Amino acid sequence: MSKDAPFTVEQFYKFIGERKIMGVKCNKCGKILVPPRPLCPNCLSTNLSWIQLKGKGKLITYTVIHVAPERFQHLAPYVFGIIELEEGVRLPGIIQGVKPEDIKLGMILEVDFNVDIPSTWPQWPRYFFRPPQHP
Amino acid sequence: MLKSRFTLTIYISRALNIYFAPFLAWGVGELKGKPLAAVVSAGLSKFGKRDGFSSRELFAEAVLEAFERCPNLDPKKDVKGLIVGSMNESFEHQCHLAPIMSDWAGILPVPASRVEVACASSGAAIRHGLFAILSGLYDVVIVGGFEKMTNRTTAEATEYLAMASDFPFEQWNGATFPGLFALMATAHMHKYGTTEEQMALVAVKNHHNGALNPKAHMQREVTVEQVLGSRVIAKPLKIFDCSLISDGASCAILTSVEVARKYTDTPVYIIGSGHGTDAIGLYERDDLTSLKSTKIAAKEAYDMAGLSPKDIDVAEVHDCFTIAEIMAYEDLGFCKPGEGGKFIEDGAPTLDGALPVNTSGGLKAKGHPVGATGVAQLYEIYLQLTGQADKRQVNGCEIGLTHNLGGSGATCIVHIYRRG
Repeated sequence: MSKDAPFTVEQFYKFIGERKIMGVKCNKCGKILVPPRPLCPNCLSTNLSWIQLKGKGKLITYTVIHVAPERFQHLAPYVFGIIELEEGVRLPGIIQGVKPEDIKLGMILEVDFNVDIPSTWPQWPRYFFRPPQHP
Repeated sequence: MLKSRFTLTIYISRALNIYFAPFLAWGVGELKGKPLAAVVSAGLSKFGKRDGFSSRELFAEAVLEAFERCPNLDPKKDVKGLIVGSMNESFEHQCHLAPIMSDWAGILPVPASRVEVACASSGAAIRHGLFAILSGLYDVVIVGGFEKMTNRTTAEATEYLAMASDFPFEQWNGATFPGLFALMATAHMHKYGTTEEQMALVAVKNHHNGALNPKAHMQREVTVEQVLGSRVIAKPLKIFDCSLISDGASCAILTSVEVARKYTDTPVYIIGSGHGTDAIGLYERDDLTSLKSTKIAAKEAYDMAGLSPKDIDVAEVHDCFTIAEIMAYEDLGFCKPGEGGKFIEDGAPTLDGALPVNTSGGLKAKGHPVGATGVAQLYEIYLQLTGQADKRQVNGCEIGLTHNLGGSGATCIVHIYRRG
């Protein structure tokens, strides 16, 4: 089923709602595309498939956001970073479950999900990162 | 009839090919070392919190200064086109802005269009002005930019500015705009040992210059201690590491090289133009301590001008955050990668240093009405190269550079200028 799903942002978030982090693999050059897209930017192939990512990676940079947009004000100050997943692709996201003073570059983090869906566009759930629960 | 139309089509396509081919190719071919166009005048509104003034009135203020500086120009007769840049229609609940600006500049019905690449929108307007002139279609165009921002709350302005970053992944999952530059700052500090004190020195320098600029939003000095002690926005960036939310407008009158002397005895020539584009998402870029778009734009502009970084006498760079100026020193080749912190510590980019940077006060102190910024940078270089920069004049400068970023660096536009 997932192989036929369109290679769209909307579909990425449908998978997030199913508690899965999915990327698109180019069957021609092997590149993994996150965000998903209908055309491989590396080799322009449209021969693509959805693949599930393990959702585990390391922190490559971070900040602590004190002045937050309205939808995140209840979390501020919160840690936000870029995580490089084991498959080599990167995702930005909020890091929960670690105090700002305990954050270290290179630390291992795991994806988790908040599958509440807003009532207006965009009706997307969210992912975030936290330390592994069973290291 | 058919034949003449065909001949005309051939003629136009040949002309476009001759002029555009070198621009489009990676090489710069026959444009190398030649002036692309002339700046014969420029204007800038006062930047700041301009209560009661909307962008159209601020643009008229900038245009009026440019007309006054150029008495030989008959605006209604001579100006053939208008290209403006602005970032976000939400601030004033108004799109379709180009004809409004044409009207308020008193030059209707010249064709007017607006270009948008976030904070580099009017940098792009300059480049599109060059295209218009180099195509041979127009000999005189006005390029400009504007943004009205202070009518909104800080929360609203922050939200509108964040729209320059990737929505589905960055904004949706917690990024703010300062937050993205903070990610680059953390990476730069980790890789090169750059310090918060070095970043603070950028703010101190730009506020010093801004205090000498009567059009700057914030005309006062700050100390390193004040910067370091100011409120944290996104660690390690404090409020004094961030540029200002301002109202303002800018414009310049560009002409073909052939007609420039009709309008002024002191033209400034644009001799290099470069434009780099990268992934919208910061997380998609391999290197978080450098902006590839800047390197691409700089190489194109330097190659076209036949110059290298050591030839630059004065520069306006995109200091939306202090770390962005440090990265610009490195990516523009003013110093080696990783040595941007040391470059400011050694005083090279100060007003009396070896390569003064942001003599206007930069986005940090002059202000950052985002759409106005690219042409506002040109305005400062125009003043410098024509000896009109008053208390912040860099003596004997011949070559200037502007560096205009869009978003977190998905766009960069670089121009190089020579005194005529």
